[in-house]
Amino acid sequence: MAHQFPALTSEQKKELAEIAQCIVANGKGILAADESVGTMGNRLQRIKVENTEENRRQFREILFTVDNSINQSIGGVILFHETLYQKDSQGKLFRNILKEKGIVVGIKLDQGGAPLAGTNKETTIQGLDGLSERCAQYKKDGADFGKWRAVLRIDNQCPSKLAIQENANALARYASICQQNGLVPIVEPEVIPDGDHDLEHCQYVTEKVLAAVYKALNDHHVYLEGTLLKPNMVTAGHACTKKYTPEQVAMATVTALHRTVPAAVPGICFLSGGMSEEDATLNLNAINLCPLPKPWKLSFSYGRALQASALAAWGGKAANKKATQEAFMKRALANCQAAKGQYVHTGSSGAASSQSLFTACYTY
Amino acid sequence: MPYRYPARTPEQRKELPDIAHRIVAPGKGILAADDPLAPRTRRRTGASTASCADRRRPRQPRLGGVILFHETLYQKTDDGRPFPQVIKSKGGVVDIKVDKGVGPLAGTNGKTTTQGLDGLSERGAQDKKGGADFAKWRCVLKFGEHTPSALAIMESANVLARYASICQQNGIVPIVEPEVLPDGDHDLKGCQYVTEKVLAAVYKALSDRHIYLEGTLPKPNMVTPGQACTHKYSHEETAMATVTALRRTVPPLEEEASINLNAINKCPLLKPWALTFSYGRALQASALKAWGGKKENLKAAQEEYIKRALANSLACRGSASQSLFISNHAY
Repeated sequence: MAHQFPALTSEQKKELAEIAQCIVANGKGILAADESVGTMGNRLQRIKVENTEENRRQFREILFTVDNSINQSIGGVILFHETLYQKDSQGKLFRNILKEKGIVVGIKLDQGGAPLAGTNKETTIQGLDGLSERCAQYKKDGADFGKWRAVLRIDNQCPSKLAIQENANALARYASICQQNGLVPIVEPEVIPDGDHDLEHCQYVTEKVLAAVYKALNDHHVYLEGTLLKPNMVTAGHACTKKYTPEQVAMATVTALHRTVPAAVPGICFLSGGMSEEDATLNLNAINLCPLPKPWKLSFSYGRALQASALAAWGGKAANKKATQEAFMKRALANCQAAKGQYVHTGSSGAASSQSLFTACYTY
Repeated sequence: MPYRYPARTPEQRKELPDIAHRIVAPGKGILAADDPLAPRTRRRTGASTASCADRRRPRQPRLGGVILFHETLYQKTDDGRPFPQVIKSKGGVVDIKVDKGVGPLAGTNGKTTTQGLDGLSERGAQDKKGGADFAKWRCVLKFGEHTPSALAIMESANVLARYASICQQNGIVPIVEPEVLPDGDHDLKGCQYVTEKVLAAVYKALSDRHIYLEGTLPKPNMVTPGQACTHKYSHEETAMATVTALRRTVPPLEEEASINLNAINKCPLLKPWALTFSYGRALQASALKAWGGKKENLKAAQEEYIKRALANSLACRGSASQSLFISNHAY
């Protein structure tokens, strides 16, 4: 047993743990603004805006130049490669704007899915080649955390043991490499909501997946105190006819987590997975009020559920900047309150915030 | 994914955590009275335990549970009461040791696995009828240059998970004991590293076998340096190493139990489980010595035993201070 080959020095561990805690302190969560070019295109198409680099830059500029008080609700922002190197209209790098607000900058590191032969269309995730060099470069360029999304599906014979094992292993490899380069790895094993399975089925699968992920992280000597988990909430499939309350979702979710996620993990930031903005907030609130043991921070890492209203308000027009920022700020604040179990639903949210944001077989 | 074959009924899912909770109510712990001493000695230990339970009335009993050897489960006090009945009448829970000792793993450096799976379900059902509500199974992992090997860890984890599954099927709460022995000259960090690896493997195996974690109790070793290690560590260092290892591997359920030191409960890291004690030698050593096999010493023995139980109970709440090491302890 080779304990004499520690993966990290004490200084490295300290830095990673501090970054992780900083991101989720005091109810703060993460803005997942790391949509790939293609995915951003889908978003822009919905509001009839052309998918150009300039339009993508403009929208992100509006979000990132919002009032500094955003740093009370947002602890970190995940960026796509392109965005890490973009600037505002005055020529200031986005990553510096965010850092000056006290927000930690993160970078999407995976490079999309690849099929697993012999399975029912299951995938693993690519991106390990040259990952260490890429991480080192991103760290120099201002990133302090990374993100890698693995995808698992509930279907006939899915997720298979192979898919779970393969994705868990890839996640652990990615996490290990991140930590070697001073980046906190966000570990995202998403069980997607496609299908008509019920809540219990999702809980069962989520528990199996998370157990495999934490075994793999342990095998790869990943320092758990310097990681964050980004799981799906436990929900029924989108085509399931039975409806569940936020409390039922919360109970199923926290039960799954407390059976699988060690207390050493400082924070769990849920993905929104196509839930409407309002549902994502209500569910997060219920999770934080769930009476089961919850030794980790329970927060958010939302993409669609933080930006839907903002996108609708913007519509591609610079004149709508103020309305866009207000819409974004409102969702950020609501989710921060939810992360403390203090969200009060006023019922006055706009049409965009109740709209389902589900996209089948979501890849981005 | 065959989740449609739930391993337990809703009634079992309610009963198991209820039992587990009774054992680890604040300040309570477990007396391991299952050492395979000579039969006469075992019986006297059991009798002493049962009488202690008697004498403690009307005081609040400190013990949540008592682990008995198979034979002791069916023995009686001098006035004819079955031991389980006496223990239960004092609010205690009866536990039965169900493993059948170790067997060698070929091709390894003296590694072992633990036997006892054959007929375990039938024995479990019978012991449940006989009054047992939880069971104990001890796997042993030895520390050395190339040990514990991946095979030993995997095999132990697997066997523990199988035993746990069978127990739960029979309404018995399994205590899960993967013990990393203190034999050797390894330091505190070495023990922590190995303990983390072992516990991670155990919890993965429990997940693979659909174990209902809320109806189990882990009994891991405390993280300590090897007995032959020359460097001395403070109680606080031991506590920190132990709690760190647990925080990295044991899911934060409420009804966890076992092991503790005063220092562990004072350790400032967030501890989402109840940490209590499950001691054999540490609770009985002074009692056995005071008894010396003589009936006239029974009262003195009982006093020693109550003293240790109280001290450990206080330590559970972080308010409490002769090495009992036996090389290669196997029982």
